[in-house]
Amino acid sequence: MLAFTLRRAIQAIGVMIAVGVIAFSMFRFAGDPVNQIVSLDTPAAEREAVRKSLGLDDPVPVQFARYFVNAAQFKFGVSYQFRQPVSNLLMERMPATLELAACATVFAMVFGILMGVYSALRRDTLLTKFFQAVSLIGISLPTFLIGILLIYLFSVTLGWLPSFGRGDVVRIGWWTTGLLTLSGLKALIMPSITLGLFQMTLIMRLVRAEMLEVLRTDYIRFARARGLTTRAVHFGHALKNTLVPVITVAGLQFGSVIAFAIITETVFQWPGMGLLFVQAVQNVDIPIMAAYLLMVSLIFVTINLVVDILYTIVDPRLRSTISRPA
Amino acid sequence: MSDAVVPHRVEPSAPRARSGTGWLKRALDSDIFYSFRRSRMTMVAAAVTLLFFLLAIFASQLAVQNPFDPAQLQLMNSRISPLWTADGQSPFLLGTDEQGRDVFSAILYGLRISLVVGVLGVIFAGALGITLGLIAGYVGGAVDGLIMRIADVQLTFPAILIALLVNGVAKSVFGNRLDAMSTLTVLVVAIGLSFWVQYARTVRGSVMVEKNKDYVAAAQLIGLPAPKIIFRHVLPNTMGPILVIATINLALAIITEATLSFLGAGMPDTMPSLGTLIRIGNNYLFAGEWWIVAFPGIGLAGLILSINLLGDWLRDALNPKLR
Repeated sequence: MLAFTLRRAIQAIGVMIAVGVIAFSMFRFAGDPVNQIVSLDTPAAEREAVRKSLGLDDPVPVQFARYFVNAAQFKFGVSYQFRQPVSNLLMERMPATLELAACATVFAMVFGILMGVYSALRRDTLLTKFFQAVSLIGISLPTFLIGILLIYLFSVTLGWLPSFGRGDVVRIGWWTTGLLTLSGLKALIMPSITLGLFQMTLIMRLVRAEMLEVLRTDYIRFARARGLTTRAVHFGHALKNTLVPVITVAGLQFGSVIAFAIITETVFQWPGMGLLFVQAVQNVDIPIMAAYLLMVSLIFVTINLVVDILYTIVDPRLRSTISRPA
Repeated sequence: MSDAVVPHRVEPSAPRARSGTGWLKRALDSDIFYSFRRSRMTMVAAAVTLLFFLLAIFASQLAVQNPFDPAQLQLMNSRISPLWTADGQSPFLLGTDEQGRDVFSAILYGLRISLVVGVLGVIFAGALGITLGLIAGYVGGAVDGLIMRIADVQLTFPAILIALLVNGVAKSVFGNRLDAMSTLTVLVVAIGLSFWVQYARTVRGSVMVEKNKDYVAAAQLIGLPAPKIIFRHVLPNTMGPILVIATINLALAIITEATLSFLGAGMPDTMPSLGTLIRIGNNYLFAGEWWIVAFPGIGLAGLILSINLLGDWLRDALNPKLR
């Protein structure tokens, strides 16, 4: 168990170093950082001074080590377009993205599980067919089209919900939250649905498949034979056993929710990290791109590691197979 | 979609029977064609997909104007609503946009670009993934380990993120003002680099199964060089699952291109794809000019839905386990 955890942790560190190399080479080799800072008519001598002050004339390994040490302290350099430290920009926008991603995940879990359980228990009803149609649409429609459709329906036509921004936010320490004001909550509805729809589809299909499988097992038959109520069999025994893989998938998907927030944030002009990243790509703001890549990778790698370790704790059957090297 | 490696039956109709009607007859007799005829949904999806491809190929013949040619655009004709509404004007079936560009013509040309990027992206991803998968599976050892580790790491990152990064790096290397054709190339490369992993994994799995079979041993015995064994003998036996992945990936590639263009990191306004048209049209949504965004959106959704349905059917039809 300890060996397994250690090996996964070393793998995770390896991945982070690889991503760090990519981020550094983007930062260093994709375009000359000096040109981004000085103006076109800056004399050569001054350019050299800037180059020296940035440490760009040191050997590449030294530069890499410096970049790495700085990145580990969340110092990612200065943004070309905003002339501000990237870490400040990211920190300022992180609460918006995390709140959106959390709401989307909750939405996807609640509706995905409800719809999945319903369509597994009542297989041939009209509502089930409707759910399946919804799931096909959820997979086939690009995220931004769903967002535009929602905006057209609820903002342009009906005028019920705001089409952009976070509404009024409340500041708690360095964290800003939209969960405590009415306009903030209203602003969260459409982006969360847009972002969560794909995950909802995924969870619904997974719950349905798992439920159908579990309902065929012997222990469910035995529970029925014991005379338990249908409700107890379905929800106490069957659903409980389908939830382990569902929670795993939802956990692993949280990383991609944060990445897919790029699209949702652009549609709804949501002031999060994703919007910052898209603007960075449009304006070739390499420090922000590199920092975003590092941050997202860190989140991904951490989630993967935690899920892997939790999995062995939750499901003891896995331990014996994992402790042996494959 | 399952990643499981599907040991598939070798299709008898594929390589050797090339002579005239014999080939056609065998194709019509095959199980695949039978399952195609059995599913009405699949036939509709195939017809719609074919229609989209034909529309794209004959775009310049079907369009009432060339939307890229400023000389053919007249500001007099701007913001006309679709033909069936009160203010509709012939010949603008689906209305016009701000610059007097016919929405229907723009969709035809946009469809062409979306499909070109999608198809080329899938081919590039396939070529890269299949080659790496063949090498990893056939050579094994450290090479295999290296390729598959890279694949594992990449698989944890969503394709759209990788495509955006490749795009951003290309922009900063080549300068921000790329012309439309180079942007198209960058998009194809970005999509290819984001989607190769699945091919590589599938091919590697199939090759590991195939390489222990007698025909490979026989080929080695008569002294054929490894590349020839890999490409001429092993590769054809791994094609079934690859076809399924390629179909589903075509839909994903088109979505990715549309998303990149929508985010402003794809095709420029001067040579718009469907995604670019949706981004432009989105600006006029609040002015009530819904048709500028709605029709490209419907076109994109219909295209992706029909390709997805085809892919789902192909997966079931080629998978003997599900029969």
